[in-house]
Amino acid sequence: MRSVTSLITTFALGLAATTALAGPVLAQSVTLRMTWYSDGNEGEVMTDLLKRFQAENKDIAVVLDQVPFKAINENLPVQLASGQGPDIARVTDMGGLARYALDMRPHLKDPAYWEANFGPFLTWMRTAGDTKSIPGFMTQLTVTGPFVNKTLFEQAGVALPGPKATWDDWAKAVKTVADKVQAPYPLALDRSGHRFFALAVSQGAKVFDEKGEPAVIDDGFKRAAQLVYDWHKAGIMSKELWGSVSGTAYRGANDEFKNAQVVMYLSGSWQTAQFAKTVGNAFDWIAVPNPCGAGGCSSMPGGAGLMAFKATKHPEAVAKLMDYLASEKVLGEFYSRTLFVPGHLGIAKKGIEYPGASPEAAAALKVFTASAAEVAPTAYQIQGYGNSRIIFNAVISRLGQAIAGETSLDEAYKRITADVTQQIAERNKQ
Amino acid sequence: MSDGSSRPPGRPSAGTARVPASARWRDRAAGLAGLPVALALRLLDPLMAAVQRLIGAGRMPYVFLFPNFVFFGLFVFLPIGINLVFSVTGGPALFPSERPFVGAEQYAYLFDCGSYLDPSSCREDHFWRGVSNTAVFVLFQVGTMVLVSLLTALVLNRPIRGRGFFRAVYFFPVLLSPVVVALIWKWILQRDGLLNAAITSLGGQKILFFVDPSWAMFWAVFVSVWAHMGFYTLILLAGLQAIPSDLYEAAEMDRTPRWRILWRITLPLLWPNMIVVIVLSLIKGVQTFDEVFVLTGGGPGTATLMVVQYIYETAFANQVQNFGLAAAASVVLGLVLFALTLAQLAATRMKER
Repeated sequence: MRSVTSLITTFALGLAATTALAGPVLAQSVTLRMTWYSDGNEGEVMTDLLKRFQAENKDIAVVLDQVPFKAINENLPVQLASGQGPDIARVTDMGGLARYALDMRPHLKDPAYWEANFGPFLTWMRTAGDTKSIPGFMTQLTVTGPFVNKTLFEQAGVALPGPKATWDDWAKAVKTVADKVQAPYPLALDRSGHRFFALAVSQGAKVFDEKGEPAVIDDGFKRAAQLVYDWHKAGIMSKELWGSVSGTAYRGANDEFKNAQVVMYLSGSWQTAQFAKTVGNAFDWIAVPNPCGAGGCSSMPGGAGLMAFKATKHPEAVAKLMDYLASEKVLGEFYSRTLFVPGHLGIAKKGIEYPGASPEAAAALKVFTASAAEVAPTAYQIQGYGNSRIIFNAVISRLGQAIAGETSLDEAYKRITADVTQQIAERNKQ
Repeated sequence: MSDGSSRPPGRPSAGTARVPASARWRDRAAGLAGLPVALALRLLDPLMAAVQRLIGAGRMPYVFLFPNFVFFGLFVFLPIGINLVFSVTGGPALFPSERPFVGAEQYAYLFDCGSYLDPSSCREDHFWRGVSNTAVFVLFQVGTMVLVSLLTALVLNRPIRGRGFFRAVYFFPVLLSPVVVALIWKWILQRDGLLNAAITSLGGQKILFFVDPSWAMFWAVFVSVWAHMGFYTLILLAGLQAIPSDLYEAAEMDRTPRWRILWRITLPLLWPNMIVVIVLSLIKGVQTFDEVFVLTGGGPGTATLMVVQYIYETAFANQVQNFGLAAAASVVLGLVLFALTLAQLAATRMKER
């Protein structure tokens, strides 16, 4: 009899405990899903911010789905097309996903605040012809730029090229260093169209014709492609990045840079926090201004935006969360802790402190901020163009084939033009 | 009428065999466990009887096939149908109702070639590079696979010490996920991998295996054979063990040379199993994707880009997710696989005969 009584007591206590635990969940009437990728610590920071938001808004639960960047590029578009996507996601192809975006204006507390602080970047998230919608905000602004292993330069006894040094100056210098210290990668460039266009724009590539239509192959583009091609031939770049995989696959050289195998790595500001954490005291690294060419010293702007999607069933809750995250105080904390260049004009104007940044990271962020002032209008035009990813992917794929020795550069140029035309036509089929 | 002839055939009489107690309990337990099923069947009896009266006893098998057919239709025929619809429509939309009809445009685009033997003369050159690479891969992979599996089976069929252990060792890679297999080999083969460490420790130069097209294809074939040969070895081993031993005894009594025994007895009698192995490895080879994709990424350039990787990238990895073109390529691949499957069925029938 005693055992029966204890069984009933245990069951009752268990039921009470379950109710107590489930109570708050049941009280939350709305659950939002946010898909998120991270380069550094931004996932941890966002988790903190979401906890605070949920503490202040008991009726809204937010599930943060942290995924690899590849899932954002490949899975998210399919999810959104099927109407089964998340309510909010952190994305880089803002123009490509603009047709799924939610215009949050009817639900935002103060749309004017958004226009004032995110205005120039909102165009990146809008479809062609749309000048008004507010689909999200920038979690970071990025600029491309090179990281240099200063210790390898010192070991080789080679002087660092100066601020206005050309690509040729850098190519010669890194090759000399690599030969002296036996580094396998004198110069590494992410296998990414976006990164390639930092070089192409600085070589004078215009990308668009007078009507604003893509005209990718011009003299500037050819100069840049020829440089990359020649650098591979001369052993300044290793085929392991651009030549070793097919199609549009992205390849970075983060691991190689961290392991002191790369003398100069052209990537971008988003890597700063990661290198500050992973390189530590292993060697001295610095960010340097973008090298110059016939078209100037421009880097490529870019960034990641947090976008809301129209398939959401809870637009009011989404807007409430976005209002919270985009507020100056919260977003300022986010940029500061993640070491990101602010994509909020008000915060950028006031300036931002990075108390957690190491001296190397702080110096790198200073260089990138200065680089942002040199971005050419063409670079902004490419970034804001809705089909820019089509151009980027065609370039990676075809240039990769030429570098691997499958085709000539001339053949690659023809294919790039054909791919861009065909894919834009396919996208426009309704 | 109390003699054994009135009992069902095969059941022993009470006097001829004593059933052990454990078996009796097992039968009772089985009977109890089967009770709900028996009850359900009894409840279904009137319904089934009514159906039988309605359609006739001759059509009853179709009634029993129907539930399976529904699942098969849902998960096989419906996707095939959707794929066909996608292949005759265009645009980036996901729902067929939102996709404009383009007829055979996707197929025409795929097959627009100056010469099918020269991928660079084709508008969709990546597809034809995939076809060409897959053909080369299948040729070398199937040839090597059959040869290595046959040799391994012949060795493992002999009474060698530790035979069971070796059989397990050769079969073990079959149990691994293809992605795991590819990652293991990638770590071995990369610039700072185990193989290059061994080469440099012997005084050699590092080889960048994934930058050279010939090396990349070689390792794609090698890893595939390493991963799957255990399965085909088992099939051939089963075939070897089915060959009657008296044939070998007779040959030995006639002092027939070993190579002649192999040529005149073993290989002809193993041929049906060989056909199954060839056709199965052909089908698997044409479908190759995950291992090669993880190992080489389809590179260098497009040197190891296979058809299935092309389909995957066209549909999902490219920025304009071209479902229509990918679906058309899938249909073409499906037809090739269908032909190979028919060949496999024919081979299986030949084996049964």
